[in-house]
Amino acid sequence: MATPIPERETMSVPPDGRPHSEQPAWRQDFPIDWPQDQYVERRDFVKFLTLTSLAFVAGQFWIAGKHWLRGRQAPPGAKRIAAVGDLVVGGSLVFNYPGEHDASLLVRISESEFVAFGQKCTHLSCAVIPRPNEGIFHCPCHEGVFDLRTGRQLAGPPPRPLPRVVLEIHDGEIFATAVEERVA
Amino acid sequence: MSQAPRTFTRDQRMPIVHGMLAFVLILVVLQLWLLTATMNAWLGGDDSIVWPGTLVSAAALALNGGLYAYLRRIERTGRGGV
Repeated sequence: MATPIPERETMSVPPDGRPHSEQPAWRQDFPIDWPQDQYVERRDFVKFLTLTSLAFVAGQFWIAGKHWLRGRQAPPGAKRIAAVGDLVVGGSLVFNYPGEHDASLLVRISESEFVAFGQKCTHLSCAVIPRPNEGIFHCPCHEGVFDLRTGRQLAGPPPRPLPRVVLEIHDGEIFATAVEERVA
Repeated sequence: MSQAPRTFTRDQRMPIVHGMLAFVLILVVLQLWLLTATMNAWLGGDDSIVWPGTLVSAAALALNGGLYAYLRRIERTGRGGV
């Protein structure tokens, strides 16, 4: 069994180890218990890390709460975007889907093929710009590049593909019917 | 036969707090990784990791809080248990 040493517990030890009487006047006036100081620093760092840990758990619960709320929302439903004839091959159109503030891009890549993706870059939500001639979507903020046909990231910092807007064409009208979020 | 509670001097508490610090630091880094991985998966439409990630992170917090409470206890009483 270890025995506490009372005098060691309260001793002030200067950094140079010399006795208190040999220390400079300023240190004699304001003695610091260095071992206690180091101990308290580390203990408080443990406390800080524990509070950081609490913040991370709060973040996890925030995601879980958003996930729960998202599960309770009704699916967006179909929305007319444009007529087939409104876009030339290589042309693009910005529309809002599924919400009023969710900008998406419709691109006509051939006579019979249309694609649509969310316009927010998956890196930091800048608006991506279609470049049909190069077959890409380009994000000018951090040089992110996505494939025009699939929306998958090709270069730069984006961690995920662009969310794909599912399209249906009825009687020459183009409708958005759903959004597919995708993991890299 | 009862055993006397083990007591710690300040010099003995220093390696204890260092050990706890290393352990808590590893757990916090794990939580940071877990939070970013969960966020990335959830934004990508993969919901399967949300609740397991939350539970594991909460367990890490409980461990961290327990270690910190133990540290305060041995500081107040000088005793780390039987």
